[in-house]
Amino acid sequence: MIQLIQNLGKSTRVSFTKLGRASYFLIQIIFGITSVLVRPRLLLNQLYSVGVLSFLIITISGLFVGMVLGLQGYYTLSDFGAEETLGVMVAASLVRELGPVVSALLFAGRAGSALTAEIGLMKATEQLSGMEMMAVDPVKRIITPRFLAGLISMPLLAGLFSAVGIIGGEMIGSGLLGVDEGAFWAQMQAGIDFYDDIINGVIKSVVFGFIASWIALFEGYDAIPTSEGVSRATTRTVVNSAFSILGLDFILTALMFGDN
Amino acid sequence: MQHTTTQDTLVGLFVASGIAGLFFLALHVSNLSSFSDQDSYVITARFENSGGLKVKSPVSAAGVKIGKVTSISFDTKTYESVVQMNIDAKYNTLPDDTTASIFTAGLLGEQYVNLEPGGSEEYLKPNGKIEITQSAIILEKAIGQFLFKSAEEKK
Repeated sequence: MIQLIQNLGKSTRVSFTKLGRASYFLIQIIFGITSVLVRPRLLLNQLYSVGVLSFLIITISGLFVGMVLGLQGYYTLSDFGAEETLGVMVAASLVRELGPVVSALLFAGRAGSALTAEIGLMKATEQLSGMEMMAVDPVKRIITPRFLAGLISMPLLAGLFSAVGIIGGEMIGSGLLGVDEGAFWAQMQAGIDFYDDIINGVIKSVVFGFIASWIALFEGYDAIPTSEGVSRATTRTVVNSAFSILGLDFILTALMFGDN
Repeated sequence: MQHTTTQDTLVGLFVASGIAGLFFLALHVSNLSSFSDQDSYVITARFENSGGLKVKSPVSAAGVKIGKVTSISFDTKTYESVVQMNIDAKYNTLPDDTTASIFTAGLLGEQYVNLEPGGSEEYLKPNGKIEITQSAIILEKAIGQFLFKSAEEKK
């Protein structure tokens, strides 16, 4: 029993220490932003590996999610004779929720895990300490460009996801199932508000990009420098990112869409 | 670290397609293109009862959407509902004896303001007031009146 309480206290202390280190790490990243602006080439390389390489999985998933929404929505709505509102349903669910959330989860799986593994291996092979020996700050040189790349890529990817999804839903809805195309778009434009829906969706995706990149980079930087440590860190990245994204999504939704 | 032009091109394409996606959402999916707040003027109407009318409810004339409701408030002196509407600047030739009524789209649909132009030569000015209004039909009230009436008839 005493042992149990001791372990509980220990694990609480360990997790708070970790949160403290993560916050300190975030401050270091933010102070490194100025040095990235001087060398935009570093950011460009990371935009390639974080953004461009996630492009394909995001667009293909977006297309399929939109198509499934079109099918499922049609079957449910046609029971009430309200097939014309399919456009609003597909667009609202994509722009408000699925676009930011699913693309953030895919981003954490595709780019986040890669970032953790890369930085964990850099640490394990002592590249980071090598840089410190040469008086190069690894946070400024390695971490911050990756963080900024994640922050920039995420809203773009979420926007793409929603856009491709809506096109997918339109393909299924009016192409295959015969919902009137004019009604589909007109109802959508009447039901979706630019500020309430689209801007809030973009804000969500920026927040998710921030949190997913932060977790991925911190887990890599904080990994135990062995092959097992790196593998554990990669797992933690995906699990913690998914938890944080879904939890934050609930809070953001309650804040943004609560009053109407 | 390889600095290839192909990589730069791909990054450029990625950013461009991301921005294109966001533009598509803004212009083609949302109501941003169909109605803007800039070119519009305000008119007010007082209703005895504005029912389920909400901010952003459409304002239409002859079935065409020409504006939207921007605010609904309660006048503490006259106990009326004061409804402010933004009308698209294109439609600035509404006569000043226009009637405003609150209708329901379909049996259970959302409520909207319908403007019925009168025969006056004068046009409604910006910040103008609509004098003749017709309140929302409250379904419960109508049913209550109907029941009361049929009970009276039976006596």
